[in-house]
Amino acid sequence: MSQELTVINDLYSRTGTDPHELDDPDVAHLVINENHVLGMHAVPGLDVDAKELDDGVKVVVNLRSGTIVKKPVHLCFGMTPDRGVQRIIMDVTIESGAHISLLAHCVFPVAVDVQHIMDARLRVGENASYKYFEKHVHSPAGGVKVYPKALVEVGPGARFETEFELIEGRVGLIDIDYEATCQANSLLDMNARISGRADDYIKISETANLVGEYAKGVLTSKIAVRDNAKAEVYNKLTASAPFARGHVDCKEIVQDNGVATAVPVVDVHDPRAHITHEAAIGSVDNKQLETLMARGLSEDDAVETIINGLLSRS
Amino acid sequence: MGILAVENLKLSLGGRQILNDVSIDFWDGHVHAVVGPNGAGKSTLAATIIGLSGYADIEGDILFEGQSIRELSIDERARKGITLGWQEPARFEGLPIRTFINASANGDKVDAMAILEQVGLDPDDYGNRAVDKTLSGGERKKVELASILAMKPKVALLDEPDSGIDIESIERIFDAVKLLKEQGTTVILITHSLAVLNQAEHAFLMCHGKVVDKGSVARIRHYFEDKCIPCDHKNVPELYNIEGQA
Repeated sequence: MSQELTVINDLYSRTGTDPHELDDPDVAHLVINENHVLGMHAVPGLDVDAKELDDGVKVVVNLRSGTIVKKPVHLCFGMTPDRGVQRIIMDVTIESGAHISLLAHCVFPVAVDVQHIMDARLRVGENASYKYFEKHVHSPAGGVKVYPKALVEVGPGARFETEFELIEGRVGLIDIDYEATCQANSLLDMNARISGRADDYIKISETANLVGEYAKGVLTSKIAVRDNAKAEVYNKLTASAPFARGHVDCKEIVQDNGVATAVPVVDVHDPRAHITHEAAIGSVDNKQLETLMARGLSEDDAVETIINGLLSRS
Repeated sequence: MGILAVENLKLSLGGRQILNDVSIDFWDGHVHAVVGPNGAGKSTLAATIIGLSGYADIEGDILFEGQSIRELSIDERARKGITLGWQEPARFEGLPIRTFINASANGDKVDAMAILEQVGLDPDDYGNRAVDKTLSGGERKKVELASILAMKPKVALLDEPDSGIDIESIERIFDAVKLLKEQGTTVILITHSLAVLNQAEHAFLMCHGKVVDKGSVARIRHYFEDKCIPCDHKNVPELYNIEGQA
């Protein structure tokens, strides 16, 4: 087995995914470790170009008009060493009427001092759809700094759905910065679930601008902070077109000396638009806690069960 | 002495006497009912026995298998074998029903899917659903009963088990009560419903924070129907000398 294949297998096994899924010729994939491309496979209609730069990797993805990629595309971004900087520049275009779903795994299993920088630009064309699930697996040491940044254009009638999950290992530091602009009849759904411990720091800043008629947007954040972890969530939804609809939802569970801040901003520029928001921050619900304790769970186990539920993929 | 006993239990909340010298002995392996009008103190009695927060400042004692449990936390009481089914069960966002049932088994291997069937929920439809707001009140009630069946407690306090349940489902709830009894659980039904009262073998009538009568279900039902539906004495039994009839 080549060294690269060994690394790929190692990275995938840590995510709970069977690396043999990549053997399927219908499954497109891209595997990057540090700033090196270890594996890449495309399917008809999907063009992927990955170039190694001096300080990172530039990935250009283009899904041609009308192409429907049947099986989810696998992306794996890993750092097998305990130190280093991984920088990925993504430029993604989903042409009109095309549909794609991606599963991204970001794996930093032994990180002591690792930075993962993602700088993405995404364009989802008219009536196209883009579904992206990103799962992070971090080391227990907390030595990871993650900086995901994305600028998104969601075309007329298009769908853009993302889900970000970081519940295994320590967060370290994460600073999410997404901004999206949504045209008429489009749908945007951004969801983040993150669990912080020790001195982890979580910052989420998501902005969606609903500029087209009947555009819909939902920004959801579910966070747990324990020990001395800190979370700040700044989600902003702006509606400037008739009949635009949106909702900002933030739930944060605070335990021990954790600190959580939520600043939902709703901004409406048309009387026919409607945006709502909801933020709930606090300890676990007492009735939930007492219900589980009345079944014999210790308080700590009950809290863990409640948080795992909140942060689970629904 | 029964498996669970409360002795001279008194509790005041917000300056109001909610439990006023309550003494009850629950016999092992039976289905008991604690019946009474709204505000009689029935749910408070259940909350006090399991030890919910806000119900700890009591006078008197709670004995389980002859030992005082008044200083124990909820989970310690539960690990001894006492549990509570809430009148309105909690919602758990994102927590799968199957996980909730398995967690209630405390490490014992249980067939969560079979238990769901026992309470009338299709395991294929419900096993992976969350115990959240997408469930109706009746469905949550059944899920809670499933979790209690998985726990196999020695004593199960069920607060208004028919609350929010449709007529078709109520028989399933009663079946679950029978299952609990069959598996050796002493069941205490907290209720103001005659249908629920009829499931019991022995009953206690509470009014205004006191136990005013106890005995066979037939006798208590007769009194309850006659004097308590509707309650015409505003929960002040002294005015009607109810204690004298106990």
